[in-house]
Amino acid sequence: MQKKVFQLLVDNTSGVLSRIAGLFSRRGYNIESITAGVTADPRFTRITIVTSGDDVILEQIEKQVAKLIDVRDIKELDPSDSVYRELVLIKVRTSPEQRQAVIAIADVFRANIIDVAPESLIIELTGNQSKVDAFITLLDGHEILELARTGITGLGRGVDHVTYLDD
Amino acid sequence: MIGADAMIKCLEAEGVKVVFGYPGVAICPFYNSILNSNIRTVLIRTEQNAAHAASGMARITGRPGVCAVTSGPGATNVITGIATAFADSIPLVCITGQVVSELIGSDVFQEADITGAVESFVKYSYLIKDVKDIPRVFKEAFHIANTGRKGPVLIDVPIDIQNAPLNNFAYPEEVNLRTYKPTVKGHAVQIKKVIQELQKAKRPIICAGGGVLLSEAEEELRTFVEKYRIPVVSTMMGIGVMPTKHPLYYGMVGNNGRPYANKAMNESDLLIMVGARVADRAVSQPGLITRNKVLVHIDVDPAEIGKNAGPTIPLVGDAKNIFQDFLKEEFSCDHDEWLDTLDEYRRDLEIHRNPNPDYVDPAAFITALSEKMQDDAIYVADVGQNQIWSCAYHVVKKGRFLTTGGMGTMGYSIPAAMGAKLAAPERQVIAVCGDGSFQMSMMELATMRQHNIPVKIIVLKNNYLGMVREYQHYTYQDHYSVVDLSGSPDLSMIAAAYGMRFQRLERMEHVDEAIDAFLEKDASVLMECVIDPMDLVK
Repeated sequence: MQKKVFQLLVDNTSGVLSRIAGLFSRRGYNIESITAGVTADPRFTRITIVTSGDDVILEQIEKQVAKLIDVRDIKELDPSDSVYRELVLIKVRTSPEQRQAVIAIADVFRANIIDVAPESLIIELTGNQSKVDAFITLLDGHEILELARTGITGLGRGVDHVTYLDD
Repeated sequence: MIGADAMIKCLEAEGVKVVFGYPGVAICPFYNSILNSNIRTVLIRTEQNAAHAASGMARITGRPGVCAVTSGPGATNVITGIATAFADSIPLVCITGQVVSELIGSDVFQEADITGAVESFVKYSYLIKDVKDIPRVFKEAFHIANTGRKGPVLIDVPIDIQNAPLNNFAYPEEVNLRTYKPTVKGHAVQIKKVIQELQKAKRPIICAGGGVLLSEAEEELRTFVEKYRIPVVSTMMGIGVMPTKHPLYYGMVGNNGRPYANKAMNESDLLIMVGARVADRAVSQPGLITRNKVLVHIDVDPAEIGKNAGPTIPLVGDAKNIFQDFLKEEFSCDHDEWLDTLDEYRRDLEIHRNPNPDYVDPAAFITALSEKMQDDAIYVADVGQNQIWSCAYHVVKKGRFLTTGGMGTMGYSIPAAMGAKLAAPERQVIAVCGDGSFQMSMMELATMRQHNIPVKIIVLKNNYLGMVREYQHYTYQDHYSVVDLSGSPDLSMIAAAYGMRFQRLERMEHVDEAIDAFLEKDASVLMECVIDPMDLVK
């Protein structure tokens, strides 16, 4: 089993996300995370899917997704040649005495405090997955009230593998 | 003009001659507008069969078959037919009426989320939200259904869209699908590689699937194999690519196929699979077809290549195009020794049956029927033991053999034969089914009578769901469960009720006269052949 990040460029039609998610569920493929958002051209949506499987499964995933009529392009985001980012929001219970300690950890990770309430803080952190995981580990000892992760989104580096939209 | 008129204009522009369907309120504007057209409507007796009939038609015309049904239960009933076409890669355009747009999602009367429900069985589906989209959507639907790997497309049209005014109708000349461009032409480098392997090979063989028929590449394939004397086997869906008696044809492969066909495939050193999925019933052990041999896999659907067996040479493209390219190459090869071996296998490994003389022997009957059928006749096999016997004993001359090999939907043969007959009224069309599958589509005898569709029907009657009984015989040591068809109707009375001629054949003595009478006129006949309930296909 290996993990792969696929980047899809799809027509921004109604139901496109359910078509893709449905393909994964009915063929028994894993989805570790899926993110979707419109591109600079509103006709298209970019979807990033983190999935796992053996070589045969991963090849089938790529081919079956490519076959969907709405899918314009699918490619692997090779970790050595791409950047991945994930955003996480963490609500931590903090007494006034603990607050500074949590803020200090957040500062080390260049995380932002985006909400302060009498008994809690919300921290926003963006980074690759290992950074996010490390940050969550460091908060051990503090009570995490709620946590929301977006899942990975990413882009390949440079101009070599860009799929142009204008035809 | 309203949306429904535009839908009809689209069908006319696509050259559609027949629409199979069943009306309900939500599709009534469409069925009202169609009265102003020359398109023929056929009222099928249950919606599933509308899709099967459209499938039979599509397989003969090479154009998408069309069916139109109402919302809710009409739409959900058609799903099995759509799924059957999807599994067999048959091009269909299925039109469903839908409730008023603004009520969608509120669970009103006869509402079903049909685009959601068929998602895994269609190549694509549309829910039309604006009347102006009708021409573009229909153009795209017919294009998607009949290009690349063919398959069904569903168009869901809310009743208010069908009734909405549309001022300017213009059917698009071309489709503009940014994301859909199937590869048709084979890659030149890969083609060269295949030719090189053919030159090297001592024991080459081609396994032809349904894709060869779908791309209408039979002639190119035959010319090629005759020129280089390459033996051919086929999958169930590929039956008919080669005439059964062709010296280079070595039968159907698979767990229900010819032992010599499987042996030939396994012993080859170069196997060219074309338009075949390497599916479980055709190739039960994919490991065997990659061992000690070069595997070339030709398919228009790249996702099929490598799905079940890793090929040495993948070749994506349309079979017709690829064989045309193969024919442009000149090379030499010599396989006489291999062909001699295969002829020996064909002689020594033929299946020998011991038929019960008190009944009609389905094998001998089907062979005799085939011999007397017109050369270009269309034989439609249902699902069950009848299908396996049909595959094994029907002799294709210049005609077609239709069946559902992918989904295996019982009841397919009668509606599909109706579609085939309407597509080719001058040809003999014969549906062969069992007493189980016959009763799944028996209601269509009314459609045949009403619309004057003279399909001939053979029922191999054994009072059992024979294929399942056979499975229970082997797997559960004759511990039969829910396979007894007692209570089935007297077929002579059924035939009489529908005004059809009826024949019963109980033994082989009078088989020739019976078949002559059965084939005599271009009219519907129901012929019951009483076969041994304990007969086995294996």
